[in-house]
Amino acid sequence: MAINVLEEQVLPKMSTPKKFKVSLWRRLMTVFATVMVIGSFVFLAAMFLSIIVDVLIHAWPALNIKLLTDITNGIGGGLKNAIEGSIIISLGSLLLAAPIGISAGIYLSEHGHGNAGKLLRFLSDVLVGVPSIVLGYVGYITMVIYLGWQFSVAAGIITLTVMLLPYIARSTELALSNIPLSVREAGYGLGAGEGRIVFKILLPGAAPAIMTGLFYAVALSMGETAPLLYTAGWSNYMWTGNLTKEPIGYLTYVIWTFINEPFAESHMLAFAAAFLITAGVLMLILLGRWYMVRAQRRMGAYR
Amino acid sequence: MKIPVFRTALVTTASFLPISLLLLIIFLVVYSWPAIQYNQFHFLWTNDWNLGNLYGNPVTVNGHQIMPGAKYGIWFLVVGTVASSVLAMLIAMPIAIGAAYFLSEGIRKTWAGPLSLFVDLLAAIPSVVYGLWGYALLVPLFGHTIFPFMATTFSFIPFLNGEAGSGYGLLTSAFVLAVMIIPLISATLRESILMTEPALKEAGLSLGLNRLEVFWHIVLPKLRTVLIGVGILALGRALGETMAVLMVSGNALNYLPNNIYAPISTMAAFIASQLDSALQDPTNMAVEALSEIALVLLLITVVVNIAARMMLWMAKVR
Repeated sequence: MAINVLEEQVLPKMSTPKKFKVSLWRRLMTVFATVMVIGSFVFLAAMFLSIIVDVLIHAWPALNIKLLTDITNGIGGGLKNAIEGSIIISLGSLLLAAPIGISAGIYLSEHGHGNAGKLLRFLSDVLVGVPSIVLGYVGYITMVIYLGWQFSVAAGIITLTVMLLPYIARSTELALSNIPLSVREAGYGLGAGEGRIVFKILLPGAAPAIMTGLFYAVALSMGETAPLLYTAGWSNYMWTGNLTKEPIGYLTYVIWTFINEPFAESHMLAFAAAFLITAGVLMLILLGRWYMVRAQRRMGAYR
Repeated sequence: MKIPVFRTALVTTASFLPISLLLLIIFLVVYSWPAIQYNQFHFLWTNDWNLGNLYGNPVTVNGHQIMPGAKYGIWFLVVGTVASSVLAMLIAMPIAIGAAYFLSEGIRKTWAGPLSLFVDLLAAIPSVVYGLWGYALLVPLFGHTIFPFMATTFSFIPFLNGEAGSGYGLLTSAFVLAVMIIPLISATLRESILMTEPALKEAGLSLGLNRLEVFWHIVLPKLRTVLIGVGILALGRALGETMAVLMVSGNALNYLPNNIYAPISTMAAFIASQLDSALQDPTNMAVEALSEIALVLLLITVVVNIAARMMLWMAKVR
């Protein structure tokens, strides 16, 4: 009997549990937030695609073999000298920046735990934030005017080197600090010196990550314009090999000056240059990522 | 005693970084010293950039040789730089937060990788290509369609009404800058979201919040410092951006914008576009005044970056 009473009292409530109601306001806000979140990603993807498609459509008529075989004249022609110049400047600044940047990165990761290392890290982060036009202007007043190099390859390369240094240093530091401490201890335990450990153990292990950083640095230097405007100058001719007193052409300059010319041919050339630069930069970034992923799969490299 | 050759070499090369930052500041101060003495502080808040009569004979004012009638005041550049960067931040912040949430929690992990490539590659596109895109696509679109529409629709809101302009101007620059800095904010924010303790999120979920509410009420307040830090960092990037702004800003001279469609110029773009004409000045004061602008810009961005790094350090973000 007692059970029946219990059932009568309890069961009706249990059979129709009170439904938890989400207020209309909360539901509205959730829908609104979902739309905003998806919308903001769609916005970004649309911007990316519109940049690529816009450049590609305008550049399409100009993409022919003439780009690679002719040099620019005042309003048109090809881009041979500019392509050559872009490659020379990027590789030159990489050659200068990579050794310095990598060893600064080694210092930061191996000895950078004290106050000096913290200060150095802080200053290199600040150096990343220096506007590139300021670097270009300082390059202009020091190398172009004061040292009398005039618009030249060397001035452009050195200016870009200062810009790349902090990027390479930080990516190297990150790559090395991901290698576990026990690897270093094993090396010291076998009696290896510091130099040997860095060159034979740490650098090979971190090579893929460092390479990815270098790919990124080259991409960055290829796309820069502002630091080169008043250091490398511009030339319609091929480079003859002088480091100073000879200006050099580069692709990004073509983009911003030729688009201001009133001729359709110049505009097409500007878009062709933009296409080449964008394609080059994106390829380098993707190549760097692919290299990293492959190295991790193959030999389980440190990230 | 054995000299630690290897370590000495490391320290030497590592010191290149701070030395180059110091040298930048020292060179700029030394080179622009005559201009600093001549212009003093009203340089910053007078609105009058005039190279003077370049064909006249130089005159001596306060012990400095200048061209007759030359005046250097950059208030319009200060306004243009700050207005475009702040407006860019206002556009960028909500979109960056939304995209960061979408890529970190909104979709499955397997899709997040490929889709985040859009955002990462957006960050890699050179700024001059952004400028070209703005010049060829955005300026005609904004100038003919969107700005006139906005000016009539929002005619009751100050700064959004009035002349719709030609498409070159403050809002176009801010839009291009926003698209450039969104990937920067979004990438850092995404990493921080992924690093938030799962226990916090689970606690929120167990209280009956849905995932968006957990993000809004729990994760985002926890990341406030990160958000401010990375926002200031992006602001620094926007302040110093040259080529993209140069191509879409309209390069106004001595002109203060009266609404958001008006043409502007920024410090960085001004340096890039004015050096050629400044070189015509035989007294060299114009080039030195430009270098003073570069110094002001450098100091602003250094201060902004130091503030941002301090915030990020407090939040323990790398």
